[in-house]
Amino acid sequence: MKVTEKDVSYVADLANLELTDDERGRMSKDLNSILGYIDMLNELDTSNVEPLSQISAMYAAPGAEAKTGSSQFAYALREDVVQPCLSREDALRNAPETDGVLFKVPKVIEK
Amino acid sequence: MDINLLTIDFARDLVARKQTTATALTEAFYTKIDAEDPEIGAYLALSRKRAFIQAERIDKMADKGEELPALGGVPVAIKDVMMTRDIHTTAGSQILRDFIAPYDCTAVAKLEKAGAIILGKLNCDEFAMGSSNENSGYFPVHNPRDLTRVPGGSSGGAAAAVAAGTAVAALGSDTGGSIRQPAAFCGVVGLMPTYGRVSRYGLIAFASSLDHIGPLTKTVKDAAIVLRTIAGRDPKDATSADLPVPDYVAEIGRDLKGLRIGVPKEYFAEGLDEEIRTAVEKNLDMLREAGCELVPLSMPSTKYAIPTYYIVATAEASSNLARFDGVRYGYRAKDANTLSEMYRRSRDHGFGPEVKRRIMLGTYALSAGYYDAYYLKAQRVRTLLVREFEEAFTKVDAIVTPTTPTPAFKLGEKVDDPLAMYLNDIFTVTADLVGIPGISVPCGWTKEKLPIGMQILGKHFDEGTILRIAHVVEHEQAAV
Repeated sequence: MKVTEKDVSYVADLANLELTDDERGRMSKDLNSILGYIDMLNELDTSNVEPLSQISAMYAAPGAEAKTGSSQFAYALREDVVQPCLSREDALRNAPETDGVLFKVPKVIEK
Repeated sequence: MDINLLTIDFARDLVARKQTTATALTEAFYTKIDAEDPEIGAYLALSRKRAFIQAERIDKMADKGEELPALGGVPVAIKDVMMTRDIHTTAGSQILRDFIAPYDCTAVAKLEKAGAIILGKLNCDEFAMGSSNENSGYFPVHNPRDLTRVPGGSSGGAAAAVAAGTAVAALGSDTGGSIRQPAAFCGVVGLMPTYGRVSRYGLIAFASSLDHIGPLTKTVKDAAIVLRTIAGRDPKDATSADLPVPDYVAEIGRDLKGLRIGVPKEYFAEGLDEEIRTAVEKNLDMLREAGCELVPLSMPSTKYAIPTYYIVATAEASSNLARFDGVRYGYRAKDANTLSEMYRRSRDHGFGPEVKRRIMLGTYALSAGYYDAYYLKAQRVRTLLVREFEEAFTKVDAIVTPTTPTPAFKLGEKVDDPLAMYLNDIFTVTADLVGIPGISVPCGWTKEKLPIGMQILGKHFDEGTILRIAHVVEHEQAAV
């Protein structure tokens, strides 16, 4: 067993999930089965291979593959001028609780 | 008029030539949906008001004799992971049960601008996580070809609606095969464009480096029409490509002489259903007769795609889904006393089991001590997968594989085994990781009368070639 129920509780905490006792048991079983399969990746030697996080860095603009760092995405930038955005009314419309101006949440700081 | 037979051009022409009106056509589709959708379950919400306003606008254009735009009067439907202004948008999740989108997804806005009538929102696996639609937070979708079977997922509602004729075309999304796999299971055409070809603005994010919007349609030409309409640079999506959009419709119909088609042996290995193998091989022979050169390929990294995908996709999902915390939108647990309790309970009650499983896996893979072993490792293997395809595409113009290892399975058959469910995507996930376009086109039937899909993969931004090949395969089916 790679992932114990204790690990599950720790990760659930990181992910802001509670999980019932039943869910925890099932979760460690499922995660172990999936991670067991994922271990297959260790068959590959990747010590000299760069990680890839975004394919568009290579193909999304003419000549992009020749550029490095943030200059790959230069085409995505616009002039720094104010443009219209979602109105306050629209932004608050789906909130569970507001005071009409701000989102309301349960008390954060105890007196 | 049999509305089951309507394609985009057919529907638009009927309205343009005043053989029907967009309003009457919309009415006819809602009547069909009311009668036939209850046993299929493809629709989560209908947008009648918006549909009839648009229909009236198109009818006025037709009355004045104005030329209708490409999808003028054509009834379509949208997978519920795309934002539709003033209409329920749930991503198939209970956590967004009451969410009304405040703006339109770019792809939806472009379709509507081109005259399409948005009938409603289509069922899907919760947050597009699933391969059978059984992870919908509302109800499962049944495959219209055989109601005891799944339609595939996660765009199962989209594939089912097009197959059942309750929409002429649909927009779906593909992160690991979610357009192509259900298209294969339901016997329709499903196109995943190149990453960046279509703006993701307004698509509820699952895995941002893998998410794609694309069409599910009855014909290859319809897929080309929809792609031409929704493709292009969008300032609201920094990853949308700054490249011109070709006329995909003009591409199809060109002959295939001299095209080199790669056939990777790893996609025809053990575990592939024999009827699917036979159907795909028969179509490969046909492509050879049509003038293509078949090139045997070996792509040994294929088997690493699923494990790579389930790290990359879940890691990104765990981050993307952090926004569902009961503060700005979505479900909020009522019984919480503190902020932290409110976050946890809202997420606990709002998310279904598969979504929680993926958030947990992704959080684990990103957590201290495991980041290098899982997340970074998977990103490095992703580079190897890209290299393998780049190498293959120096030798071939397109790659042909089966879309799925089996035809549509029964509802309930795989729900208890997440890993078995994940392996359904074994032929489709690689294209998402590599960012290349792929299409699934119907290429035959099993003895049990279940559809078989053939997948054609192309070079980055070369949707034209795969549409061309798919069109010939489609034509051949019609001739059989």
